[in-house]
Amino acid sequence: MDQTGVAVTSSQEIGLRSDQEIVRLRQLVRDQAVAQGFSLVDQTKFVTAASELARNTLIYGGGGDAQLSTLVNGMRKGLRLRFIDQGAGIADIERALQDGFTSGSGLGLGLGGARRLSDEFEIQSEPGKGTTVTITKWKLR
Amino acid sequence: MDRIPILRLGDCLIVAIQVDMHDRLALALQDDLTARIVKDSAKGVLIDISSLDIVDSFIGRMISNTAAMATVLDAQTVVVGMQPSVAITLVELGLTLDGVRTALNVERGMALLKQRRR
Repeated sequence: MDQTGVAVTSSQEIGLRSDQEIVRLRQLVRDQAVAQGFSLVDQTKFVTAASELARNTLIYGGGGDAQLSTLVNGMRKGLRLRFIDQGAGIADIERALQDGFTSGSGLGLGLGGARRLSDEFEIQSEPGKGTTVTITKWKLR
Repeated sequence: MDRIPILRLGDCLIVAIQVDMHDRLALALQDDLTARIVKDSAKGVLIDISSLDIVDSFIGRMISNTAAMATVLDAQTVVVGMQPSVAITLVELGLTLDGVRTALNVERGMALLKQRRR
């Protein structure tokens, strides 16, 4: 348990090296969201956010890993997903979070969209070293 | 590689997406659909997404692009059967599917395609 009272109750790691693994991650996240008792809308939001970030990890990060953890904070249940890559990193995070900004061929909705679809969002990146993005969603009581 | 089947009904093409699509499958569908519009001289394309439990920006873009390509090829596209939770998520994600006609179900979608051809 950390200082905020959040305890990790289980954790698993999924490789993200092909678009088929994005599909697999989506299914795993869906299963866990159902198991945590998320509403259908919240399941859909979190799976969609996961899909956006997984694709970023694959395309911009050159592949990487996702860690899916189940959380408990008092009576509250949640899910946390962390995406880790050792790719090129992001030079200007503020700009990368803006809708419509993309360095590739996408729509530029991935990062900003994933942030809107999650309850907590954290990004760390260093050019040349890679990017770590963490999203958390809590079950509404 | 897997392919999503495309059915023809009169001068319309019908696609029911029933699997969780990986990105290459979505792109293959876009190619197949545009090719079939030309081959079958189709005037309408109906895409049923009622089995999709998420639409992310990639699939959303595939749908928008397919509709735009169909328009250029003189065919109308209608997307039917979107789940409410998917609609909520899409808007929050920031995707509005500009230029894509939607209908609640296949029946209404076919009616829309017919009506727009007159």
